[in-house]
Parts: sequence; C-alpha cells; structure tokens
Amino acid sequence: MSRNKNFRLWTLGIVALVAFAIAPAAQAQKKPLKIGFSMALTGPLAGAGKAALIAMKIWKDDINKKGGLLGRQIEFIYYDDATSASKVPGIYSKLLNVDKVDLVVSSYGTNEISPAMPIVMRKGLVFMSLFGLAVNEKFKYDRYFQIMPAGPVPKDDWSRGFFNLAMAQKDKPESVALLAEDAEFARNAVAGARRHAKRLGLKIVYDKTFPFGSPDVTSVMRAIKAAKPDLVYIGSYPGGSVGLVKAANELSLKAKMFGGGMVGLQFAGIQKNLGPMLNGIVNYDFWVPEPTLNFEGVKEFLSKYQTAAKGKGVDPFGHYLPPFAYAYLQILGDAVTAVGSLDQKKIATYIHATTFKTVVGPVRFAANGEWAETRTLQVQFRDVQPNNLAQFNKPGKRIVLYPDSVKSGTIVYPYK
Amino acid sequence: MFSAELLLNSVVAGLMLGSFYAAVALGLAITFGQLDIVNIAHPTFVIFGSYVAYIVNENFGFDPVLIGVVFVPVFYLLGMLLYQVYYACFERTGQESLSGLAFFFGLMFIVEVLLILVYGVDYRLVEAPYIGKTWHLGYIDFPLRMAVPAVVSFVMTGLVVLFMSRTFMGKAIQAVSQDRLALQLMGADPIKVKRIALGIGIATAAVAGALLIIIQPVEPSVGRLYIGRVFAIVVLGGMGSIPGMFVAALLIGVVESFIATFYGPSWAPAVGYGILLLTLAIRPQGLFGRA
Repeated sequence: MSRNKNFRLWTLGIVALVAFAIAPAAQAQKKPLKIGFSMALTGPLAGAGKAALIAMKIWKDDINKKGGLLGRQIEFIYYDDATSASKVPGIYSKLLNVDKVDLVVSSYGTNEISPAMPIVMRKGLVFMSLFGLAVNEKFKYDRYFQIMPAGPVPKDDWSRGFFNLAMAQKDKPESVALLAEDAEFARNAVAGARRHAKRLGLKIVYDKTFPFGSPDVTSVMRAIKAAKPDLVYIGSYPGGSVGLVKAANELSLKAKMFGGGMVGLQFAGIQKNLGPMLNGIVNYDFWVPEPTLNFEGVKEFLSKYQTAAKGKGVDPFGHYLPPFAYAYLQILGDAVTAVGSLDQKKIATYIHATTFKTVVGPVRFAANGEWAETRTLQVQFRDVQPNNLAQFNKPGKRIVLYPDSVKSGTIVYPYK
Repeated sequence: MFSAELLLNSVVAGLMLGSFYAAVALGLAITFGQLDIVNIAHPTFVIFGSYVAYIVNENFGFDPVLIGVVFVPVFYLLGMLLYQVYYACFERTGQESLSGLAFFFGLMFIVEVLLILVYGVDYRLVEAPYIGKTWHLGYIDFPLRMAVPAVVSFVMTGLVVLFMSRTFMGKAIQAVSQDRLALQLMGADPIKVKRIALGIGIATAAVAGALLIIIQPVEPSVGRLYIGRVFAIVVLGGMGSIPGMFVAALLIGVVESFIATFYGPSWAPAVGYGILLLTLAIRPQGLFGRA
C-alpha cells in the first residue's frame, strides 16, 4: 500500500514537472493570430503599398519579439489588389470566409478601402484603414477608424490649411483655379477646396477634372494660366503631379499659391527629380523631418524602415506613409491588448475612448472614425537644390506652415 | 478665355503630343498594321525601354534619347527572338489568332512583373539638361520636354518610312501579310521577313521608351494606359500605313490638346475615340488604309 502511495506521489510529481516544463511551449504553439488585408503591391499605387507593407512587417516583428498579441504570434495574410478596386471585395471575402483571419485592416488609399467596407461591416469587424479620404461619410460605420490625420470633416479639413494660410496674407487672394485628377481621392480633395472657396468668397475661375494617367498635362496648365487665378489648388496622383509641376515651371505659372493635394510630391525619388521646380509650392503632407514632428519612436521606426527598404525599389526615406502604416497597427494592437480579447465591439469602444501614443504622435478618433483634430500639414518646399536626394531626409526643405501646433516656419508668399 | 495665343499654343502642344504618340504606336503599326500580329504587349516593351533609359541615365548620366538609340540593336534582337517563339508556338500551327493574342497578353504581365521584381514599383524619372526648359517663338511655347521627343519621333518615323519604301526588305514587309505566296515566288522567306519586321517593331520601343520617360514618370504598369490609345491610332491611320499612323497620332494629339485647353481635359479621350468611331463609320479602312 505504502509502495503504491509512493508510486502515485512520484507519478503526480513527474506529471506536474512535465506540465510546468511544457507550459511555455504550449503557449508558443497557440494558433497564430491572423491579420488579413489587401495591399496595392502592383499598379499605380504600388510604390506606396509596398512601403506600407514594409512598415507593417516591422510592427509585426516588433510585437512578435515581445511575445505577440494575447500571447499569440502574429501572422499576416495578404493579397495584392493591384491598385484595382474591383479586386478588393473578392480578397476580403476570401480573407474572412476561407482564410478565417482574426482581424482585418485596409489596403492603402480611398479607392481600395471603400469596396472592402460592405464585407467588413457585414461581419461586424473593427476596420483600421490606411489613408482613406472621407470613406465613412456614406457608410457611417462605428467600427471604422482611419489613420490619415485628415480630421473630423476630412474632405474640408484636407484643404483647410491651404486656404487659411492664403487668407491670412496681407495681399489676400481673390480667385482660385481647381483641378482634380479623375479618381476618388483627388475629386474628394478638390470638393473640399471648392467649398472653402465658396465660403471665403473666392471667385472660381477654373474648375475641371483630367483623366487619370494623362501622358501630358501641358495644355491643362496652359488653360489654368490663361484663367489668371490667384490660387491654384490641385488634387492629383504621382504621374499627374509631376507633369503639372513641370508644366507650371515650363509655362512660368504665376500665382500667389500653387499646390494643395498633389500626391507624389512626398516621395523622395520624385522630389529629387523635380528639384528646384518644387521651391515655393505649398502642398499637403503628413510627416516631414522637422523638429516639431519628432515624436517618440518615430526616428527608431524610420531607421528600421530605411534599412529594410534598401534595394526594394520603394521610397528610401519613408516619411509619408510608412509611419502611419506602423501606427494603425500600433493602435489596433494596443486596443486588443487592453481589451484582452478579440471582441470587436469592446475593441471599437476602447479605440473610441482612448488617446493612443504612436510613432506619429498622439491619436484620438472622432465619432466618425477620423482623427478628432486635423493634422494635415501644409508644407512649403524651400531652398531645394538640384540632384540631391539626401537633402530631403533633413530639416529645412519642407517647412511646416500649418497647423500651428507643429508649425516650423512662416510662408514665403506669393509663389511666383 | 478663347484667344489666338491659346489656340496656337494648344495646336502646337497637340502636334508635339501627337508626334510622341506616333513613337509609341510606330512599332504597333508595323506588327499589327502590317503583319497582323496583335502585339498587345508593345506598350510594355516601351516601358521596358523606359527602364533601360532610366538605369543607364541614373548610373552614367547619358542622355535618354542617346540611350534609346544605342539600345535599338538589342531590342531588335529581342524582337527577332520573340517572333521565333511566336512562330514556333502559334503561327506554324495556325493558332496565331486567339492563342497568339493570349501569348502577348501573358507576355505583357510577365514583363511587367519582372520589372516589378527587379526594380520595384517606385516611379522612375530621368534627368536631361533640356527637361524643364522652354523655347519661346513669339507667344508660342515649346517646352523641350515635349519638343525633343516630338522631333526624335518625327525622325524615327521618317527613317522607318524610308526603309519601308526604298528597300527590298521594307517592301517585302509590306507585302508579307497581303500575299505570302507571291512573296515566296519573289525569292523572299516570309518567316525571315516577319522576324525582321517584328525586330524593327520592338526596336522602336527602345527609343519610344526613352521619349516616354522624358515626358512622364514611369512605373511598370504605366504601359497599360497606352494600349487603347495606340491601337486606336493605328486603326485610325489605316492598317498598314505608317504615314497614316503618324497623321492619326497628330490628329489625336491636337484634338486632345484643343479639348483639354478649351472644354476640359476629361473630355479629351472621349472626343479622340469619337473621331475614331466617326472615321471608321465613314471610311472603314481608316484615313490612309487601302480599301
């Protein structure tokens, strides 16, 4: 009997020891936490999409090194949407119904975020989105959160700084030309600019769209010049932005302010090529290496990004999109950790109620899922030298004029 | 807003734009217009030419046009090789119509993906001393970014027209799609003729690509934006007529520029394609095509 008792005690002890020893391994063998998304890895927005993916992977590695989320290692499941809105619904259906991902985040850009919304909404998932302009205006989804710092009234906040700056000058502008490349973001940006122009009593002397990917826009710029506007506000994508800046220089456009919502002028390769043609342009941006935007963690992140981006054919500095691609996952991760589960309702409630500390600064969301306060920068290119890439990784070339909270200099006015 | 200055400038800008379109469409005018090979991948080869110009310009600083001209023989050989594959896989077995189209469609994606894998997806641009400068003649502007490609395209098209009209091989290329048997009776090998013709067609993409990257930044998928436009130009000009293609390109360029200046740029492509439809309704063989 005594021998039996001893045997049982020994057995229990061994089982307990084994259980204790294998506990971390079992923990590590928990199913990975799958985050699904589509991303523009080919097509016109692939430059930004690939840069975003690098940033997202940096976040994943950072979190996995710390033990993952809810004790589970993070795994990404993503597909190339080829910058094509029509591919997005199929991708998200597959992610949710076949891949059975735990969380979803968006692709890059308005045109690729909107088509995912109905599918994500049907499942009641929290949807962190990356640079969508006013996507939730129509959907009004209370679990949608957007990381681009456009502000609570995104269409209007996008261009508010441009017009506020113009109207604060002694020699006030009286007229404006509006031009949008024919795609959703650019049209939305210019729609806001149009409302500001009307609100401020500016005469709209030119208001047109031009086809996406037009090979040459010299004729468009000539028509704008002929209208003699004081302000020229443009919503365009990289190809169009480069053409318009070159055409403005070639035709010696004269205006008090020129710029606005031109995508592409934030990318280092384009900045280097355009060089001094950029001087004086006032354009939107989200992060530039000015001392007023030196938030905790951003330098470390950019250092990792710049190492990872080498040889990948993407923006070498990663100022524009990558910090935000890191931050939108940072927010989702912090919320999941704080809630302690994947309960989508609780996560959404937590995000609504919290100010997050991120690499792009403190982020708090309004009821519609946009930033509670706009931080769409208006920056002015200054003293840009020809054929010098490194200059754009330092302060002094893109002066922050707006908003006042992060202002690093005053405007040079008029443009030309 | 209408003024003589604006009108003249819009016409000149349109002529320069149209001349550049002709450079992109020239290779297709040979392969599609004269050989009946639906090379839908031609704009992608133009983008490939842009990348060659970018790489050499970035590393050695040579002029993009010069790079395009230097790489003409390389692209010519590439085109000949391409025809050999096309012939062996499709034409020899009489499957060139649908399978051939699928082949070039697939090729377009393969070249595009290869460019993405090797060079990434960032926009690429070149530097040249004339980019950003403008010549003024009275009140007419000649932005050199557009004028240089226009002149180079005019010269390249002229050389191809001379080759086609003055040499035996040129005449053989024009004849090969019309009467292959008669060509054989004249002692010419139709396969060799087509191989050379496709070689010339792809060779023009080296120069056209260099001109394209002078005008606008390039990423691997930009070629897709040109597919519809270059096919429309070749059809409008008349199948088989290279001078017709050039005139059609100028016409499309001028119409686009005029509409963009006076009515709004979003209407420009619609009006351009409208002219194509109208022309085909009245003259189905195109402006200079044989009836």
